[in-house]
Amino acid sequence: MYRSQQLALKYFAAAIALFGVMTLSGLLSAYYYINPDFLFGFLHFNIAKILHIDTMIIWLLMGFMGAIYWLLPDEFGRDLAGIRAAEILFYVFCAAVAVVAIVFIFVQYGSSNETALWLINQGRKYVEAPRWAAIGVVVVMLVFAYNVIGTAYVSRKITGIAAVLMIDLVPLVLLYLIAFPAISNMSADLFWWWWLVHLWVEATWEVLIGCIMAMALMQLLGTSRRIVEGWLYIEVALVLGTGILGLGHHYFWIGTPNYWLTIGGFFSALEPLPLLGMVIHAVYDAGTHNMKTTNQPAFYWMMAEAFGNFLGAGVWGFMITLPQINLYAHGTQWTVSHGHFAFWGAYACGILSVLYLVLQKTRGLAYVNGALWKWSFAALNLGLIGMTGALLVSGFAQAFVERAIGGSTHAAFVAAQENKWFVEGMVGRLIFGLVFAVGYVVLVYDLLTLGRRARLVAAAAAAE
Amino acid sequence: MHVDDPGFWRAGAISTIAIMSVILIMLTIDSLAVISPGGANVPPYTVINQHIDYKFDAKRGNDVPALGAPEPLFGKTWDATAAAALIDKGKMVIQSRACINCHTFFGNGAYYAPDLTKAWLDPAWETWQAMTGAATREEAMVKFLMDPEKYRTWTRTMPNLGITQEEAEATVAYLKWMAAVDTNGFPPGFGRMRSKP
Repeated sequence: MYRSQQLALKYFAAAIALFGVMTLSGLLSAYYYINPDFLFGFLHFNIAKILHIDTMIIWLLMGFMGAIYWLLPDEFGRDLAGIRAAEILFYVFCAAVAVVAIVFIFVQYGSSNETALWLINQGRKYVEAPRWAAIGVVVVMLVFAYNVIGTAYVSRKITGIAAVLMIDLVPLVLLYLIAFPAISNMSADLFWWWWLVHLWVEATWEVLIGCIMAMALMQLLGTSRRIVEGWLYIEVALVLGTGILGLGHHYFWIGTPNYWLTIGGFFSALEPLPLLGMVIHAVYDAGTHNMKTTNQPAFYWMMAEAFGNFLGAGVWGFMITLPQINLYAHGTQWTVSHGHFAFWGAYACGILSVLYLVLQKTRGLAYVNGALWKWSFAALNLGLIGMTGALLVSGFAQAFVERAIGGSTHAAFVAAQENKWFVEGMVGRLIFGLVFAVGYVVLVYDLLTLGRRARLVAAAAAAE
Repeated sequence: MHVDDPGFWRAGAISTIAIMSVILIMLTIDSLAVISPGGANVPPYTVINQHIDYKFDAKRGNDVPALGAPEPLFGKTWDATAAAALIDKGKMVIQSRACINCHTFFGNGAYYAPDLTKAWLDPAWETWQAMTGAATREEAMVKFLMDPEKYRTWTRTMPNLGITQEEAEATVAYLKWMAAVDTNGFPPGFGRMRSKP
């Protein structure tokens, strides 16, 4: 095993641990809607929410890094350049995440000065981490980029997938620099903030997971490089062709000119197209192999990735992307419904697929199947789809009562939050969140014991 | 060049990204001019010295901010430098207290507490003014921000975030300025509800 693959295992372990923190803080955030006085005076909704969304970003990022540290040595036929620095930074990264979480929980906020932004909380959604930690993320990403680009340089070899990956790392690092400034003008602040959030999540991350899935597909189904690279280029063209100006659907209501209503609405309406392409690709590949594979969980998680990305990011996103609808859906639980489904389908399922591929190799399993992965697959997806549906019900109620009828005043907000449909949606979200959490526990148990259980049974049988 | 050749799609991807990026950069340059303070959609910070309203514009088909007569904030007219410093401070309060992780601004943020886009204009402040015994809306807002647990109006209570008088005044100024930003009619129907007797 290459050293970078050993590092990949550490990144996967950290990612799965943070996946657990995300789930727990998500349950906590959901519970505040049912019992707003819970932990009042100690830990408020905003801190639980920060932990929920920030650990989501970090576990997915670590999952991507783990996948690439695992898959890329096979692509280049050698270990990655600068792996020693990456190994050290892994521990620095984990320590920084732990310190930031402790500060969020126990310090929470500071005074209105730069010191608070440097040491405690930047107070910008998704990039709340204080600046010192954000600098750490930049350093980790730079070393990660060096690992990839430096390896291509020293091996004097480049593949289509590696080329796309290397180019993608440039905006991935540069866009993160938007995490630093404190811009007083909220319109300008949100304008640049969306460059970071949208162009990361709906552009560079989509390309990143596209590269990961391309490499994984070759291993999982033995798909030819020619086909995989052709599809990757098509996906990049469509994702960025629609996604770059699709950014405009975030510029409807922040003070930006009204031409964004047309541009954003049009291009973001096209954004499901590449995701539909992925579904067609996945179904085609699965069909040509008669649904046969030596790794059932990896295969099914990859299918979940293709369908989840299309439904969660594509269809659910399309539902609220036209300005005529977005005017009422924006800033409601309808958006949250889309967010949950999209992140899960677009990224989480793909990482879990690669993780099962990795475990098949590390544990020397000729065939991976069993009951546990099916239970976790069912509970996680049922929980997630249930949460998505429940949030959608609450979102509809909010769009109708708060926006359309109530005119979005404070009184209308309260009326919507107390509306029967909204409240029932929130209860439903919590219940399905618990189902999701059970799925997570089963997943972790399966990942920890995969292959070992079979060996134990075989050993016991042999002893008898 | 054939569609079966990955090189064909590689060329397509590169040219698509190049074209879209150039268009985005051009639109960004134009948008930044529109959203800079004093631009077409975003007022200068000194707007905090004026009366601000939100009225339906039949031509555009949505509510738009309407700037009126002088209306000093906290009994004072703020010059450009002082207004800018106040707005800077207000934004710093909003970030340091992570307000966006409960509230939304222009609809962006968390969804646990009300949207603050037009909070300055919200009819609810009349209730708070009576509750706090404040003489003006801005004073009521300051009192609420400094001790929100005392002035709770429904089941979800805003926690006390240690906001000082100076910080509360800066936050109120920020909300007043933000209410004057032209948001293409978001949030919908706000002007209609506001004008209801």
